[in-house]
Amino acid sequence: MKFGVIVFPGSNCDHDCYHVIRHVMGMPVEFVWHKETHLSGFDCLILPGGFSYGDYLRTGAIARFSPVMRAVEDFAEAGGPVLGICNGFQILLEAGLLPGAMLRNRSLSFICQDVYLCLENPHIPFTLLGHSSQVLRMPIAHGEGNYYADPQTLAELEANGQVVFRYCTAEGEKTDGANPNGSLHHIAGICNREGNVLGIMPHPERCCEGILGNEDGKLIFESILLTR
Amino acid sequence: MARAKVYVTLKAGILDPQGKAVKGGLEALGFSEVEDVRVGKYIELRVADGSEENLKARIDEMCQRLLANPVIEDFLSEIVQEASSEEDSDPSKFRRKLDLDHKINRK
Repeated sequence: MKFGVIVFPGSNCDHDCYHVIRHVMGMPVEFVWHKETHLSGFDCLILPGGFSYGDYLRTGAIARFSPVMRAVEDFAEAGGPVLGICNGFQILLEAGLLPGAMLRNRSLSFICQDVYLCLENPHIPFTLLGHSSQVLRMPIAHGEGNYYADPQTLAELEANGQVVFRYCTAEGEKTDGANPNGSLHHIAGICNREGNVLGIMPHPERCCEGILGNEDGKLIFESILLTR
Repeated sequence: MARAKVYVTLKAGILDPQGKAVKGGLEALGFSEVEDVRVGKYIELRVADGSEENLKARIDEMCQRLLANPVIEDFLSEIVQEASSEEDSDPSKFRRKLDLDHKINRK
C-alpha cells in the first residue's frame, strides 16, 4: 500500500507522517509537492499539519487552491482514503471535502498538549481496529481548532455517524472541561458521508512509537493498512 | 483605476473569541459602555476599471470563493472610482486619501 504525503509551502508535519509510514509501518511513501497535478499509484493520501501559506487570510484558505488539490478531490471522489491532520483538516474544510469551518480557539491561545479522544465511529477505513467509545490519547497543537458548523450540518453529521472523534476526559466523559478549544459537540474529527475522507485536529503521527511514550496514533495507520 | 473596500465579519451568532478579548481589554481601560465587540477584516483591492455593476459582481465572487468563508463569515464591499493616475502610484498619498475618505464617511 503506497502513501502520498502532500507538501504545501509551510507544511511542517510532513516528515513526521513520512517517518511513521515508512519506518514504523514499513510501507512505501512519497512526498508530493503541491504543484503536482497528477497523482497516480497512491493508495492513500495524507494532508499533514503545519501552516500552509502562513495561514494567511484563513487557515487552509490559500492551500485549498494549490494545483494538487484538484487531483486530491478526484482521488477522494473515486473513494480513495484521504487523511487530513490539523492544518490538513483545515484545508479539507476550506476545499469543501468536509463540511464546516474552524474558528479561533475559544481561549485565543495556541494549545499544545495531550488530549483524550472518544472514538465514535469505528467503522471507517481509518478506525477499523478500534471499538466504539474507545478512549485514545493524542497530542494537539493548534490555534484554530474550534469546529463550527450550522445546526443543520451538525445534525446531519450526527445522524450519519460522521463525527469520528470527540474530545473527552481520560474516563471517556465528554465534558466541557475536556473540550480544549470550544468545538461544537466536542468535535475533534469528522469524516465525509462515504467515510473515506477523515479530518482530525489531533496528531496521530506524533504518537506511534513507544520511545515517544504513546502509541495510540498507530490505530489510525494500522487500520488504513487493513483496507488493502 | 477603482478601489474596492471589502469588509469581512463573522456571522451574527458565531462566537468571536477575539472580539470577547478586545471587549475585556476595553472594559479594563474603563470603557464600560461597550456592550459587544466583533473583530473582522478589512481588505483593499485595486482593480482595473470596468462597469460598476460588473465590478461589483466580480468582487462578490472573489468574496464567495476566497476572501470570505461563507460558512462563518459575511462580507460587504464598496467600490470607489479613482480619477488621478498619479495619485494611484503614490502609496502614501493613497493612504492619506483613504484616511480622509474614512473621516468623510464618518460625518
